[in-house]
Amino acid sequence: MGLIFDRDKCTGCMLCPKSCNFGAIEKDDDKVKFDLDKCVLCGSCEEVCPADAIFIERQIIDKEAIAQYKDVWIVCEPHDGRLRSFSYELVTKGRELADKLGEKVVALLIGHEVEGLAESLIHQGADKVLVVDDKILAEYTTDAYTIAVVSLITPRKPAIVLYGATSNGRDLAPRVAARLQLGLTADCTGLDIDDERQLVQTRPAFGGNIMAEILCPYTRPQMATVRPNVFKPTERDTSRTGEIEKVEIKISPVQIRTRVMEKVSEITEGMISVEEADIVVCSGRGIKEPANLELPRELAKLLDAAVGGSRPIVDLGWLPPTQQVGQSGRTVSPKLYFALGISGAIQHCAGMGTSEIIVAINKDPDAPIFGIADYGIVGDIFAILPEIIAEIKRVQAER
Amino acid sequence: MKIIVLVKQVPEVADVKVNPETGTLIRDGVPSILNPFDELAVEEAIRLKEKYEGEVTVITMGPPQAVDVLYKAMAMGTDKAIHMTDRIFAGADTWVTALTLAEQIKKMEYDIVICGKQAIDGDTAQVGPEIAEILRIPQICYVRKLEIDDNGKHVIAHRENDEGYEVIRAKMPVLLTATKGLNEPRLPNIMGIMKAKKKPLEVVTAATLGVEEDRLGLKGSPTTVRKVFPPPKKAGGIIVEADDPKEVAKKLVEFLLQKGAF
Ligand SMILES: Cc1cc2nc3c(=O)[nH]c(=O)nc-3n(C[C@H](O)[C@H](O)[C@H](O)COP(=O)(O)OP(=O)(O)OC[C@H]3O[C@@H](n4cnc5c(N)ncnc54)[C@H](O)[C@@H]3O)c2cc1C
Repeated sequence: MGLIFDRDKCTGCMLCPKSCNFGAIEKDDDKVKFDLDKCVLCGSCEEVCPADAIFIERQIIDKEAIAQYKDVWIVCEPHDGRLRSFSYELVTKGRELADKLGEKVVALLIGHEVEGLAESLIHQGADKVLVVDDKILAEYTTDAYTIAVVSLITPRKPAIVLYGATSNGRDLAPRVAARLQLGLTADCTGLDIDDERQLVQTRPAFGGNIMAEILCPYTRPQMATVRPNVFKPTERDTSRTGEIEKVEIKISPVQIRTRVMEKVSEITEGMISVEEADIVVCSGRGIKEPANLELPRELAKLLDAAVGGSRPIVDLGWLPPTQQVGQSGRTVSPKLYFALGISGAIQHCAGMGTSEIIVAINKDPDAPIFGIADYGIVGDIFAILPEIIAEIKRVQAER
Repeated sequence: MKIIVLVKQVPEVADVKVNPETGTLIRDGVPSILNPFDELAVEEAIRLKEKYEGEVTVITMGPPQAVDVLYKAMAMGTDKAIHMTDRIFAGADTWVTALTLAEQIKKMEYDIVICGKQAIDGDTAQVGPEIAEILRIPQICYVRKLEIDDNGKHVIAHRENDEGYEVIRAKMPVLLTATKGLNEPRLPNIMGIMKAKKKPLEVVTAATLGVEEDRLGLKGSPTTVRKVFPPPKKAGGIIVEADDPKEVAKKLVEFLLQKGAF
């Protein structure tokens, strides 16, 4: 294990000293030299070297080395001046895991102009927040965020790193895992600590037909992406205190190989993202016509819920792709899920089966959705839904 | 343009049943298919080739019978195939799968590596980005639309994100993962199926790959599956007939209030 430098290949371009966050590389005549005492083998230099003169040999860590890894880290996701809700859910869950281990919860806050969000993470249960604030991180890019996370993990040695299973989290985590040669468990719905202080990661597979418990015995940190909305955040305690540490990480534009040219939001005005909503009102082919979506929309408005659709509804263009629930769409886990005129195909259920309460309305008593429903109503949506809306209005008026 | 497509053979997950006593999967009689997201990748690669010329190689790692998905991809129009098959490869987790495929890709020339966003059996979406990292090339995941820049050196891709999509430009070589909406995969026709049988198919084993055994398969995998069990059964749900919609609505709302659902 170590860094191998091929001096003959080095062109003296001086990109690598600029990329090093640990001051381990300096100019040496017309080339560079490495201070291996400072080097943490993070790989930033290997990444920027245009001449392939730097190679980092990485090897599996032994059991003794594992004991050096401590604390539970949460990679939070700032978005539009707030934090995506999974950040708080994972800090709560991380607190529980850290307490079992007798270790700390550290939240990572990476982005631009995000420091103001740090305190809320302490209130939620974090002992420490590491803030990496840089203009270059204003927008998510795989390369910049990978460098930031790897540069934090390598010298500080956390035992566990958790990411949200969002579009960006699932793009970033495997990149970090591969750079550090670590295992990674995708889209977990359960996390616990076993007798040997290992992280037990539970996740569905085969479209939710089975659950698997996955361990990462040989390497540290243990890393997982976690499905949003599965764990519920506790009430925030505004009297809690903790440490906020600002970390500077050098990332140069040449290290970022993708350019975001445009961002297009398909979430139309007033529409809530299905992943973050506590209640999702989802319609299937049984809704028959786009105009009929007014009914579920009305219900959603009453309940502050997101409007979702099964794949056929989205394929027909009645709702934007961001609102599709299921294997080729979004995975959701709200407190309450309405399945209106949805048959309950496995690809649909894979995306909503972990919802807390599932209410299904379907004409067909044999529809598979009734197999997972907590409250199933056999009947016509158009007869029942207006009555449900009326009843909810009545109840809300009484409050 | 040289394109590498990565595919996986998966069970038709919709047909998989669980043995209620043992909690294990019943896979007997369940058909094996080309992973639907990989089918999008194959189609896109063929379309690029049709437009810009070049060569498309399809690669799979899997047991002997996985050769079927290679023939399907070749029947659709890819030029040649590589089947990475060896008992030593078995039991690989996402990291080792990525390593094994990447070691093969390293020996080849390519402008684009494309695969499906995830396989429908494991649903991890990890192998693509892990390969990109091992190859040290950029990645664009969840691509819905793909264009090649006029200069022929960059891709411009619509990457789906939580709110919609972003338009991303990256220089080739690049790794892309395909998601729904990218295209409508063609069905192989008789001519294609006939031709596929004559296309070159190379077999790669651990020995020909040249990677030490203990870095491969189960042995090389940092993650281990400790236990597999059926999902917790919901305490039998309530099912009602809606003879009287008003009454049913009232009961439902009562139930929801009692559960504190809103
Ligand atoms: C690789 C792959 C990925 C997929 N990904 C997804 C995915 O992400 N999300 C997804 O949803 N699907 C997905 N699918 C498709 C999935 O297999 C089903 O085809 C789809 O979920 C069916 O949608 P549906 O339930 O709306 O329609 P249908 O199956 O047609 O069901 C409509 C239901 O409405 C009921 N109904 C009709 N009229 C009424 C009425 N007036 N009142 C009450 N009930 C009524 C019917 O009884 C029926 O059960 C995927 C498929 C594949 C192969």
